[in-house]
Amino acid sequence: MEDAGFIIGSYVLTFVMVIGMSWGVVRRGRRLGAQIPDEDKYWT
Amino acid sequence: MTTTDSNPASVEVDPSGRFAGTGTRGTRILGSMTVVAMVWLVAFGLGFSPADRDQDEAVRIMYVHVPTIWVAYMSFVVTAVASGFYLFGRSKALGWDRLAGASAEIGTIFVAATLVVGSLWGRLTWGVFWQWDARLTTTALLFVTYIGYLAVRRLGGSHQQRARRSAVVGLLAVLLIPLVHWSVRLWRSLHQEATVLDTDGDIDMDGLMLFSLFVGVVAFTLFYIWLVLHRTRVMAMEDMMDDRGLDLALASRRAEVVPTQKLEEN
Repeated sequence: MEDAGFIIGSYVLTFVMVIGMSWGVVRRGRRLGAQIPDEDKYWT
Repeated sequence: MTTTDSNPASVEVDPSGRFAGTGTRGTRILGSMTVVAMVWLVAFGLGFSPADRDQDEAVRIMYVHVPTIWVAYMSFVVTAVASGFYLFGRSKALGWDRLAGASAEIGTIFVAATLVVGSLWGRLTWGVFWQWDARLTTTALLFVTYIGYLAVRRLGGSHQQRARRSAVVGLLAVLLIPLVHWSVRLWRSLHQEATVLDTDGDIDMDGLMLFSLFVGVVAFTLFYIWLVLHRTRVMAMEDMMDDRGLDLALASRRAEVVPTQKLEEN
């Protein structure tokens, strides 16, 4: 059914975007976090 | 020890992994709540909610389309408010600038998602992916405007210069949101008018559909809060690395100058 492809595709696209953004930000945070002492991070 | 970045400010990575990333207990709880809400959204959006009388199954796209533009609007309002606090506040704290920047990044990606998912919905209901309709065109304009805002943030200068410049753009760009929202009333439009936030206050929607939409809005709002917390922390670390790079460059320059002076004295 053509509709199902569009409907599921819209959910897949949205969730791929959500997961992609999350992964990118958390990964960058880990990389930078390994180079900066915890005492310099206001959230720790 | 290894390095992970070509940035001259990079120092050796802590191999023991003692240094924390951007996560805290609070963000982990928030992240778990977001995942649960997203699962609920899929269950209600694709399963439990009924088909629409006019749009049939295509209405299910609404449960991701409306929350994504909701998050985009919210992100840009947060950007404007944070920009205002930076620009007119006494402290000139860079935390406001980072919040504004993080929020704008998230909002821009969510506008892109709204446009893409909306075009899929448009193909099902209108028979075309795109029309130069008032709502679609103003939303595309909103997207381009915030791409411009993000470009302004990447111009050179100090952190304070970046903050001042982008705060002005952030305060101006938010004025587009009412235009996007009211475009369906101001001009003849293919796009339907607001169903939930209508001016007469009536909500013309089935209860389960409304609940599914509510679940979507909650899920994406939780995700926004989680992501903006992480992104502002990443930005704080990026600023620290920039400062460290500047300190290293200055120290290196001074080290070059001192031997030259000694040679001249000799």
